Amino acid sequence: MSEKAIVCKDLTKRFGDFFAVNHISFDVDQGEIFGFLGANGAGKTTAMRMLCGLSYPTSGEASVAGYNVFKQQEDIKRNIGYMSQKFSLYESLTVRENIRFYGGVYGLSDKQLKEKGDELITKLGMEKEAKMMVGSLPLGWKQKLAFSVAIIHQPRIVFLDEPTGGVDPVTRRQFWDLIYDAADSGITVFVTTHYMDEAEYCNRISVMVDGRIDALDTPANLKQQFEAASMNEVFYALARTAKRSAD
Amino acid sequence: MKQFMVFVRKEFYHVFRDRRTLLILFGLPVMQILLFGYALTTEIKNAEIIVVDHAGDAASQQLTTMIAASKYFDINASDKSDEDIYKAFKKGKVKCAVVFPIGFGNDLLNGEVAQIQIIADASDPNTAKTLTNYLTAITAEYQQQINPTANIPMRIEPVTRMLYNPELNGSMNFVPGVMALVLMIICTTLTSVSIVREKEMGTMEILLVSPFKPTYVVLAKAVPYLALSLIDLIIILLLAVVALNMPIRGSIILLLLESTLFIISCLSLGLLISSVTRSQQTAMMVSMMGMMLPTILFTGFIFPLENMPWPLQFISNLLPSRWFYVIVKAVMLKGLGIGVIWKETLVLAGMTVLLLTISIKSFKTRLS
Repeated sequence: MSEKAIVCKDLTKRFGDFFAVNHISFDVDQGEIFGFLGANGAGKTTAMRMLCGLSYPTSGEASVAGYNVFKQQEDIKRNIGYMSQKFSLYESLTVRENIRFYGGVYGLSDKQLKEKGDELITKLGMEKEAKMMVGSLPLGWKQKLAFSVAIIHQPRIVFLDEPTGGVDPVTRRQFWDLIYDAADSGITVFVTTHYMDEAEYCNRISVMVDGRIDALDTPANLKQQFEAASMNEVFYALARTAKRSAD
Repeated sequence: MKQFMVFVRKEFYHVFRDRRTLLILFGLPVMQILLFGYALTTEIKNAEIIVVDHAGDAASQQLTTMIAASKYFDINASDKSDEDIYKAFKKGKVKCAVVFPIGFGNDLLNGEVAQIQIIADASDPNTAKTLTNYLTAITAEYQQQINPTANIPMRIEPVTRMLYNPELNGSMNFVPGVMALVLMIICTTLTSVSIVREKEMGTMEILLVSPFKPTYVVLAKAVPYLALSLIDLIIILLLAVVALNMPIRGSIILLLLESTLFIISCLSLGLLISSVTRSQQTAMMVSMMGMMLPTILFTGFIFPLENMPWPLQFISNLLPSRWFYVIVKAVMLKGLGIGVIWKETLVLAGMTVLLLTISIKSFKTRLS
């Protein structure tokens, strides 16, 4: 097993003669916060789905948490957490029931569920809301809860697909505190986002353009490389080269 | 296994917290059974009838009394002329008329052929036929009464016996059909909607990224709805027996087993619908409308299949509900055992296996 959380080499996904993901290669270290940027339609979601074991790559190699994406999808699934851009807890279940359900799906024991559940609720300050239907919580709380639930089984890597869409800046900041906590506890965070301020919070960033990775470095290095004052400018400089139109 | 139970429990939470689901689950069967059982029957009760008695003797009066006493007829008028009959028919209030000719009683007593005329409004042929049948039956009964040992040579007297349903109770035919209909709608709608809801909400994605296998997702969805459908089945049977006086002549165990088979085939159909639809509304429309119409048309409980042209008969053979209907009638009304209905059972089982395989396959491929 490698030290790296994710290793990708020439990973490709082709639909007919359309290269959704075109020979991308990158590594992500254990415990790193890795920003996966790109305009809509650049191929981020397709790449992420391959890494999560949801679809088979057309060619190339990749391993996630040390497991092969072609052969060991089941092992990968056991070692990752996932949170999508859509809010994905059950609205008609209470906070605690959601925790118990997702924890249960990952095979946590009753005792672990109780402990983890209590710990999580205390950490989020949701003691009063534990028995409320998730549907009645404000969006920011839901997103924080969804993230906490996604890492309840202490995965090696958590994939976050635009986790903060539609959330106000203050809550986004709080959300990133949770991400830092997770990274501190050794969980690798693989995050896609459209907010460039969030990109600055990442250890390293890759920018996808037309299915390729056109830039990959720390935010500081990228800004230097593109002689830009902010990540926004870096992103525009790269996105302008795109030939594909957004979906 | 524990993961499986966690999932099943979650599914029950969903059902019991959603008023719409509960309404479909428990309101629909009760409503359908009562509606079909009481309101929509082919049985005719209290039809208005005119009696024109030109004979005015004891025999004609006795027969008139018998007609009046039957639950099928209400005597509208009994002292009208022949012309009045046609006026009454034209108004549409009266469905049937009986005319006793002069000398009816004498003819009867002298052993001659005593005739009565029955006139029916055949603009609705089914009603006309049913009413004349009722009247003929009453006349025959009267003959039997006045002359129980009638032994006139060369006289052919048809003795009709209505098997399994001597009272010609309309609900007997409907209940098995409604059972098929209700189970079909409930199972397909609820499974398809509950799976599509997860797709819509984005929770399906989370489940797929989890170590929980897609096949288990399908099964964990099916188990609660199978259990709830069985409860529904019991409600329907109770209503049928208690409220509609339906008999269950065959084995209840057999009935339940056959129903389970049918329910599984409907659940698979629901699953299939869920993998080709994207929104809850579409899934609901497809499973409610798309299933209700063929079930009503081609199951045979409203429109007899025997009279259909062969392409339609062929279509009807493709519906699981058509076979289930035959099975339920055989077990409930005729009290038959598996020895007689094994062929239908085999067809139903074959369809179930086929549907289940196709739906699990399509569910898996749609996801990847």
